Order: sequence, then structure tokens, then C-alpha cells
Amino acid sequence: MPNSIKALLETVMDPEIPTISIVDLGIVTGIESPEPGHAIIELTPTFSGCPALRIMEQMVHDKLAESGYTHIEVKTTFNKQWNTNMITEKGLIALKQHGLAPPPKHDGYIELDVLSDTPCPYCNSRNTEMQTPFGPTLCRSMHYCKNCLNAFEAFKPVS
Amino acid sequence: MEFTEKHVEGLKELLYKMADDLLIIGHRNSEWTGLGPMLEEDIAFSSMAQDKIGQSLALFELLHELGESDPDTVAFTRNDNQFHCSQLVELPIGEYDFSMVRHFFFDHAEAIRFEMLADSVFEPLAMVARKFKGEIKYHTMHADIFMQKLAAGGEESFSRMQNAINETFGLALGMFEPGKFEAELIEAGIFGGEAELQQRWLDKVVPLLESFGYVVPKVESTEPAFGGRHGVHTPHLQPLLDEMTEVFSIDPGADW
Repeated sequence: MPNSIKALLETVMDPEIPTISIVDLGIVTGIESPEPGHAIIELTPTFSGCPALRIMEQMVHDKLAESGYTHIEVKTTFNKQWNTNMITEKGLIALKQHGLAPPPKHDGYIELDVLSDTPCPYCNSRNTEMQTPFGPTLCRSMHYCKNCLNAFEAFKPVS
Repeated sequence: MEFTEKHVEGLKELLYKMADDLLIIGHRNSEWTGLGPMLEEDIAFSSMAQDKIGQSLALFELLHELGESDPDTVAFTRNDNQFHCSQLVELPIGEYDFSMVRHFFFDHAEAIRFEMLADSVFEPLAMVARKFKGEIKYHTMHADIFMQKLAAGGEESFSRMQNAINETFGLALGMFEPGKFEAELIEAGIFGGEAELQQRWLDKVVPLLESFGYVVPKVESTEPAFGGRHGVHTPHLQPLLDEMTEVFSIDPGADW
């Protein structure tokens, strides 16, 4: 049962990055179905101030309801703390499809220089520079590619 | 270890001061939206404001689980004498030099506080602190870059930053005003205490500022701006609360 729920959640896309599902983003931290028709979903926030959180809870709820689940509980907790290593390989590709440089894997210790030569998502050049670690949403930084002369955004690594 | 009533009181006091600090500094940071000296700084302060208000919400939710009112009620219906934020965070944004120095002092203290709390025996708080640590990393990196850049930005830049450091240092020390239950929190392993936090903060910010070329005032000869933790505030807090709660007050029961 949890597997079929997971398959459904793989069709729920991030409202701000429509190429990546919430499963590939790594924010689905718990799926339980104690009996048929019941679903208990646990999500964890990417950033605690992320305004998309309530929308995603609603999207999960709606998806399960339209698939016949009658008892649905969606809760957001900090029980498992999200970090960018939790994005799946498929998710990293999906970010790039949206024009966002995917975050590098990290060992829990992040310094600014990991952002300084972020590969350009358009031409793959590392001849880039970071403009600012803050971008249009909490999870993005802003960069400039000196090779193809495009400004681009990156999904920044978070520990 | 079983928590006694004093442990719970101490825990609530700790959560209130952290949540109030984050809510108020978040609101102040947001006042730079549209006014930053350059677009990137406009976005940086706005992003940090959003992080901090999100963090305050998570802490208000922990308080709610401990029996306090719901987050909106707590955030939007208290008067200044019921707030536990430090006086540092409530002051108007002033010039960019003051806002930057406040950001540097405050965020390093928060980063260390979360680091300490990541090992708290009160697991719900430890989990939240572990989450915040990764977010706030970007805030301290931002503050460090600008403190360094502005130290090297010429005579006017340096002297304005140095003056702001001199004027803000006592306010920053006010963040570490001890609470009533320090001993209980330390004994129970809930939080290592304000004295340890202050020491670790000094060990971090003083060498950093000195490496940028600034002179840091002496703790012994600086009067800490205490009072905020038990509801004694500057005249700047109440007008901020009035503005922050203006829409909420029109219709507190409104469904958004």
C-alpha cells in the first residue's frame, strides 16, 4: 500500500519548480497506510520559512482524495531534517531541466566556495561566478556564466 | 530525566525569547525590502527575514505544544511588555551600517545557540535547531562577507562600520541576559546557558572582526542593554507591533 501511495505522490509536483516531484525533492519522510483507504503522510520543510509548504500539504491531500483515499492526514514535522543530499538523482536532473543548477552533494559542512564555480545549467561551463547566495526563493542562489553570458539560478546546497 | 515544573517554565522562557527575537528581527529585516543599497542586498535581507519569521513560527508551534496559545495569537496579540526579545532586535533599521552590524552580531549568536540546542535533551527543540543550523549558515556567511568588504571599502566605509560596532556592542551583549531558570536548564541538559553562549559568541566574533581590521570594545567596560528578556523595551517596539498587527487587529478571526 505505501508503494502505491508513493507512486501517487510522484505525480505531485513542487508548485515553484514544476519539473520535480515532492518525492524526488526528498521532502516526503513518512508514508503509512494502516488500513485500506487510509493515508498518513509526513512532509518535512526544505526551509522553515517556505511559503509553498501549506500548498504542498493541500496538493498531497487533494491527490489522495481524488484517488479514493477517505482518511487522509498530512502533517509537516521536523522529525527528519531535510538537506539537499535528500534530492534523488532523478530530482537533480529535473532541477536542471527547469534551468536550475542542481546542488552539489555535501558532507554536512558548507562554505561559500562550493557555490563559486557552480556549473552553468545551460552550457555546463564552470567559468561562472556567484552573484549572491540569496535568490527569488529561499532555496536559490544567483549566478552568472562567463562562458555563455547567461545569468542563472542554482538550487543551493543546504546541510 | 523527568522534567519538573521549573524545567518547563525555563524551557518556555527560552522558547519565547528565541521566537520573539526571530519574529522581531525578521520584521525589521523585511523593512529593507525595496530599500536595499543594491538589488542583491534587497533580496538578501528579504530572504533572511522570511527565514527568520519561518523559524519563529516553528518555535511558537513548540510553545503551543507546551500549552501556550496558538502561534497567531501569541505573535499578534501581545503588547511590548509581554515580549521577550532583546532590545538589539527591536531598534529601527537605521542606516545600513547599523543593520549590517546588528545582523552580524545577532546571526552569529543565533548560529551558536542552535548549535548548542542541537544536542538538547528536549528532542523537539533539538530537531528544530538542527534544521535551523543549515539555514542560518547562509546568514552568517552573508554577514561575514559584508563586514569584511565594508572594512576594506575606504576611510568613510571603515569609520562608519567601526562606529556602528562601538554603538551596537552593548546592545548585542543584552542578548545574553540570563533568564530565571539558567541553572535548571543547564542541569537538565536542555540548554547550556547564556553565559556559555556569550563566551562562545565572543570567541567567534572578536577574532573575526579583528581580522577584518576593526577594534572591538571590551566587555568589561561595556554596559549590556538588559531588560528585553523580561519585558522592558525601548520606545521603538510598541510602534513596530502596532504596525505588524494592524491588519490582524481589524478582524482577528478572519479566515485567510
